[in-house]
Amino acid sequence: MHKLWASTYKEILLLTRDIGGIAILFVMPLVLIVTITLIQDSTFKTVSDAKIPILLVNNDQGSVSETIKTGLSESNAFEIILKAHEQEAKELVFSGKYQLAIIIPEKLSEDLEKKVAQNVEGIIAKFGLEEETETEPLDIPNKEVKLYFDPATQVSFKSSVKNGIDKMISKIETQSIYKAFQEQVSDDPTEVIFETENFITFTEILPQEGNEEIIPNSVQHNVPAWTLFAIFFIIVPLSINIVKEKSQGTFVRLRTNPVSYATVLGGKTIVYLIVCLIQFMLMLLVGVYLFPAIGLPTLQVSGRLPLLFIVAIFAGLAAIGLGLLLGTIAKTQEQSAPFGATFVVILAAMGGVWVPVFIMPKFMQTLSNISPMNWGLNAFYDVFLRNGSLLDILPELLLLLAFFLITTLIAITYNEKKNAV
Amino acid sequence: MIAVEQISKKYKGSENFSVSNLNLFIQEKEIFGLLGPNGAGKTTLISILCSLIKPTSGSFSINGLTYQKNKNKLKQLIGIVPQEYALYPTLSAYENLKYFGSMYGLKGKNLDDKINAALEHLGLLPFANKPIDTFSGGMKRRVNLIASILHDPKVLFLDEPTVGVDVQSKNVIIGFLQDLNKKGTTIIYTSHHLNEAESFCSRVAIIDHGKLIIKGKPSELIGKYPEAHNLEDVFLTITGKALRDHA
Repeated sequence: MHKLWASTYKEILLLTRDIGGIAILFVMPLVLIVTITLIQDSTFKTVSDAKIPILLVNNDQGSVSETIKTGLSESNAFEIILKAHEQEAKELVFSGKYQLAIIIPEKLSEDLEKKVAQNVEGIIAKFGLEEETETEPLDIPNKEVKLYFDPATQVSFKSSVKNGIDKMISKIETQSIYKAFQEQVSDDPTEVIFETENFITFTEILPQEGNEEIIPNSVQHNVPAWTLFAIFFIIVPLSINIVKEKSQGTFVRLRTNPVSYATVLGGKTIVYLIVCLIQFMLMLLVGVYLFPAIGLPTLQVSGRLPLLFIVAIFAGLAAIGLGLLLGTIAKTQEQSAPFGATFVVILAAMGGVWVPVFIMPKFMQTLSNISPMNWGLNAFYDVFLRNGSLLDILPELLLLLAFFLITTLIAITYNEKKNAV
Repeated sequence: MIAVEQISKKYKGSENFSVSNLNLFIQEKEIFGLLGPNGAGKTTLISILCSLIKPTSGSFSINGLTYQKNKNKLKQLIGIVPQEYALYPTLSAYENLKYFGSMYGLKGKNLDDKINAALEHLGLLPFANKPIDTFSGGMKRRVNLIASILHDPKVLFLDEPTVGVDVQSKNVIIGFLQDLNKKGTTIIYTSHHLNEAESFCSRVAIIDHGKLIIKGKPSELIGKYPEAHNLEDVFLTITGKALRDHA
């Protein structure tokens, strides 16, 4: 025990003597979490402060194009810039100056009205409510709303815009049909024959904490994800610490001392776990106090702190286990630092920090199940967003602990084998 | 005390043995010098005896104990002063010594007293709380030495303990080692300073190409070669004047 305490104290001294290193350990994760949350916040907001400027070429000038224009404006996501010519709009978008141009064709309103009226007349005539006319139906060509996207635009943004416009057009078509029927069957335009409101609606049911719903926001999503990312980055300084012991000769001395490798690693584990918890605490403080001050939603932690710290401890242990293994196997800092950093990014990607696991290909979803970052992220989401209890997160905690024990055991065994006498 | 029997070591990928069928017996309280040109096998032999590397074949014992059966007892029995400064550069001399002393189970006032006495003996007490990376080469060598003797080892291995230090530091180190030896510590050391070895060692062994060429008291060895005036002459006669560069 005395040797473990001495090793721990030595690690504390080494860490506190490197002020630059400490600053990086604690400040960079905070910068990361603030930056990412600021960037991602708008995607979670229903009312965004930052509007995307888009171009609209209105060749129709009728009621349909007005409805589209109003719909886009009222979505509060776009700032509509009107352009007179399609070619100009196309060039501006393809040169990357704008993300999107919407080209509404000529006579869209007029032709839609004619087409709907013609169809409705035909239906009513079939029912014998009106005399069938001898006249041939007009040949009204299909209309096409053109969308020009900047080639650099992300697919998710394109899909979301396309879906939005498609929905708007469908609604306009439905309303036109109702209107045409109204005109055919009633002389009084004010008489309500059809209810045009949606018959089928949907309501999102959110998990509750007490009587309050837990409403997900960018902070509740980002803080756990990027906190976990930062916690796992402990792999880099920890593995460098072990490699340094080898290169500066202290490890050789320790091998001749009557102290086990497990004790040496134990000291490092305790200190780096404390570092992880301080990092975690700082990130929570940023979420609770700094975020509201800079216009971001407040991180809700009330009643969840004990569980959050339990998840942070186990996630920290998993990260430390990986750092101990990497440091033990790597021979130089040039091996451990880039590998550690890249591996954390891979684990984060596999774990669902950037892209949700459910939209990954099947193979990657399977791989994701063996990423400790995925276990940690699920545990954090269980606590932050699903109002989970200790029992709910127990499987993830056990997986993280098993990961720590296995990686540390491999590190100790590898070291014993390599230095067997 | 130290019995080495038929020890050989061949590193992976190497064509030659670094140590080949070496037999040696070192008495208790001896100051034994392992001498030889670069690449002769001195450091390999010391590393084997300190359990840092595994011999390819052969065996050895220290005080009748082997690493296979009495690893921790043996580690408590020996001290090693490695060639490089095996110290934490950002920690002070005191912090380094306190840590390495603790690894031998030493603690409290006993450890503090030992550290202070050794620092004073080697002229480092005024610098005890300065970080190692501000120390000169000679000062680092002295701290490196103290870190290996705090637990009062019965056997002390030193791999070129005076390399790269000034004459003053060298004298202090040699004087300190002689005091330790008088108190009963067996010393096995390697060096390229043959004059130093001649006056410091009770016996020396000259190793070349991994083989033990000759061993005995320095005066006896000098006497064996009529043209030799000192140990350096003996060394050059035995090992030749050709350069021993290798990569």
